[in-house]
Amino acid sequence: MAVNLKKLVRKEDLLSGGHRACAGCTGANILRQVMLVAGRDTIVGGATGCMEVVTTVYPYTAWKVPYIHTAFENVAATISGVETGFRALKKFGDLPVEREKMNFIAIGGDGGTYDIGLQSLSGAMERGHNMVYICYDNEAYMNTGIQRSSATPFGAHTSTAPAGKVKQGKEQNRKNLTAIMVAHEIPYVAQTTPFHWRDLATKVEKALAVDGPAFLNVLMPCTIGWHFDPAIGMQICKEAVENNFWPLFEVENGKYKINYKPSEKKPKTQLADWMKQQGRFKHLFKPGNEELLVKCQEYVDQEWEKLLKLEVMTAEPESVKTV
Amino acid sequence: MSLKKASELTEGGIITEAGNASEYKTGDWRTFVPEFVVENCIQCLFCWIYCPDSAIAVDLSGEKPEVTGIILEHCKGCGICAAECPPVKKGKAALVMVREAK
Repeated sequence: MAVNLKKLVRKEDLLSGGHRACAGCTGANILRQVMLVAGRDTIVGGATGCMEVVTTVYPYTAWKVPYIHTAFENVAATISGVETGFRALKKFGDLPVEREKMNFIAIGGDGGTYDIGLQSLSGAMERGHNMVYICYDNEAYMNTGIQRSSATPFGAHTSTAPAGKVKQGKEQNRKNLTAIMVAHEIPYVAQTTPFHWRDLATKVEKALAVDGPAFLNVLMPCTIGWHFDPAIGMQICKEAVENNFWPLFEVENGKYKINYKPSEKKPKTQLADWMKQQGRFKHLFKPGNEELLVKCQEYVDQEWEKLLKLEVMTAEPESVKTV
Repeated sequence: MSLKKASELTEGGIITEAGNASEYKTGDWRTFVPEFVVENCIQCLFCWIYCPDSAIAVDLSGEKPEVTGIILEHCKGCGICAAECPPVKKGKAALVMVREAK
């Protein structure tokens, strides 16, 4: 299943231009890349959020596949219903057009996934519907004006957890949703970014191919909410992976596999340098806040160590290296 | 697109023309525009895969896909394509952002 751009470019672009996403929105790019792999036989559901608002401004739609707009909290429930409907019609031979397989994709932002839609997502995953849930994680409620969500990292400035004289941004660490999804013991869970197009395309392909539910968590740097130059959105993705802020990994039937391991001796990017490019972390570089930066680094290191251990722990016995 | 009367609307507000957002010209939003220098292009297609607005024109008629330019109707001028364009030929990138003449 080798993916290359020369082949990918011949597939149909199922998200048209002219949608109203901000200039440099990496989220719209995620949708494009997902749909290139998914193809026409797909039904997409979108939870309320940036990508729903910008792609379907009435009377326009940027989608060239059937698309259902749902409320904030129930996209997973909606798509699981559509999937069940498809199976029932197929079983009784009532499908208007005979089809072997269709793809069912639910798309939600971090607000609609980490917070508001968590219960419907958990339910759909537990019931084992043959669907893929894609979360584009921009780490705050960007659509409504950058309010904090449970995906917002420690120290980030948001409009409801602002940095000022008393407080210095969000005081809690982000929730590890990918781990929550792994705990559902579904066949496929993965984390990726749009910069790593080969990785993303492979993961979407795998997620659609598994029999049962799959979950993808995709990092989506937001030029408005994170305060950076729109041109460097993809570079932010690249560096987030290089400094372990957003590791690329997948969990197939409970087995962890890290897809990219930065060199320990010569890391390409430091977390602090990566944070410096983003206005949401600006206050952390003021004198007196050095401690908070250390705390950010500690959290990233701790999560990375945990991931490394999980990979070893869940590996096939023969592939474990004996020290 | 002219506005429809309430009696002309579809049930449930269903939009029946798939992908009709392409009629909406987001090109007016732009301040900077990518300039395509075909001599420097190595046809890596990075601009095409990273464009959030499907605004890179690719000619698929030949054996190899070829980038032919920018779809200015939709390009919002974010500059991702120019930032990702690898400066391979004599250290020059094929896409450079320039301020658009009004």
